[in-house]
Amino acid sequence: MSEMIYSVPASLTEAVQQLAVPGAALLAGGTDLLIQLRGGRPVPPNLVDLKKIPELQLIEIGPDSIRIGAGVTGIQITDHAELTSLMPGFVEGVGLIGSTQVQGRATPIGNLCNGSPAADSVPAMIAADAVCEIIGREGSRELPVGDFLTGPGRHCLKVGEFVVALRFPRPRTNQSDAYLRFIPRTEMDLAVAGAAVNLILKNTDSGPIVADAKVVIGGVAPTALTVDDAAQALIGTSLDDAALLAAGAASTAAARPISDKRGTAQYRKKIVAVLTRRAAQVAFDRAAQQLHGSND
Amino acid sequence: MAKNHVTASINGQQVDYLCDSTESLLTVLRDQLGMTGTKEGCGTGDCGACSVICDGELICSCLMLGVEATGSKIETIEGVADSDGLHPLQQKFLELAGLQCGICTPGIIVAAKALLARNSDPTEKEVRYWLAGNLCRCTGYDKIIRSVLAAAAQMRGEEIAVAGELTV
Repeated sequence: MSEMIYSVPASLTEAVQQLAVPGAALLAGGTDLLIQLRGGRPVPPNLVDLKKIPELQLIEIGPDSIRIGAGVTGIQITDHAELTSLMPGFVEGVGLIGSTQVQGRATPIGNLCNGSPAADSVPAMIAADAVCEIIGREGSRELPVGDFLTGPGRHCLKVGEFVVALRFPRPRTNQSDAYLRFIPRTEMDLAVAGAAVNLILKNTDSGPIVADAKVVIGGVAPTALTVDDAAQALIGTSLDDAALLAAGAASTAAARPISDKRGTAQYRKKIVAVLTRRAAQVAFDRAAQQLHGSND
Repeated sequence: MAKNHVTASINGQQVDYLCDSTESLLTVLRDQLGMTGTKEGCGTGDCGACSVICDGELICSCLMLGVEATGSKIETIEGVADSDGLHPLQQKFLELAGLQCGICTPGIIVAAKALLARNSDPTEKEVRYWLAGNLCRCTGYDKIIRSVLAAAAQMRGEEIAVAGELTV
């Protein structure tokens, strides 16, 4: 086994210095990295463990934004009652990653940076307009999650840079989200296809209608895709059948899937429409319930 | 290259060991510390045979480096029984035939213990979802689920008969 120096920075400044070593790799949950090393990925000369940097272990819910640090694990998120009520779709996406055991270790930011086209936490991040806070030798920058991924396993980070946190605009009381995926069993598999829908509703005399929408599909292209046509099909409607069918058809049209052992391209294009429709309905019902609750 | 010196708590005892940076916690437990109760199944986090509890969270010890355990509190199958005898989970697995070949059993007992620590009265569905990452090729799972539910009932002080068909 090749030599690897393991280091545990206590601060972001130390972490940036240690990641400046050529070939240095970053360790958060490790549930992808350890499998890759076992599978023959070259052992990095330095491994920098982010889990002892206090500010990266926080879930911060503020009046305007929600911030999740790079060391926050899946189970910390799914156990968080306030976060679950604010962003149920994002939390249910996180809760679908791997097993209970994997949830105890894996981080959503690791799920994002690993760059799998089927990553379950990513579509809802994009649908919620999440932003990556990035740090590196040349300072800090921000990038929307939707612009972060460039292909399977590929992202926009430069050498020595890493994602410190995700920042979400705090959802409004008339806003909610949902994420649904399809797998052949009920647990422990990768998404054949997935869909996240984030809706903002407004009340009218005839009931709530969609004021704004974002639809993001996963598992059907090299990266998660934002489907503007699907969102447009939902906006201004009360989610009648025609609107749902049009949104689903837009997802099918946008999908550029491959065929593999989990499903054919044709099947993925079909199922992503079903998931889009169902996720839209769940998000709508959740937001409508909040709208109703806030009027009581 | 110098090995890493790690101090961790394992089943309540302070333990010191030396490990390479690339060694998994599972390898350290089995090959260095002789604690072979924790099993290696897949080595890729799919089967749950290597389940241990690290700082209160259920994890796969094949997906954690030994060096990451510095300062952590690790609980393994070896710490489940105490001087008074078997843990109720172990007792119910024996009584209700929750195991056959036994390779998956340590991981399932540890995983079930972690569940009961956070939920003393889980539903059958909650047990099944919690244990979805623990594969068993022998039992068909039914007797495992019965054993966990019966142990939970006993630990709550309700000695109930777990009979009849489960629903899922």
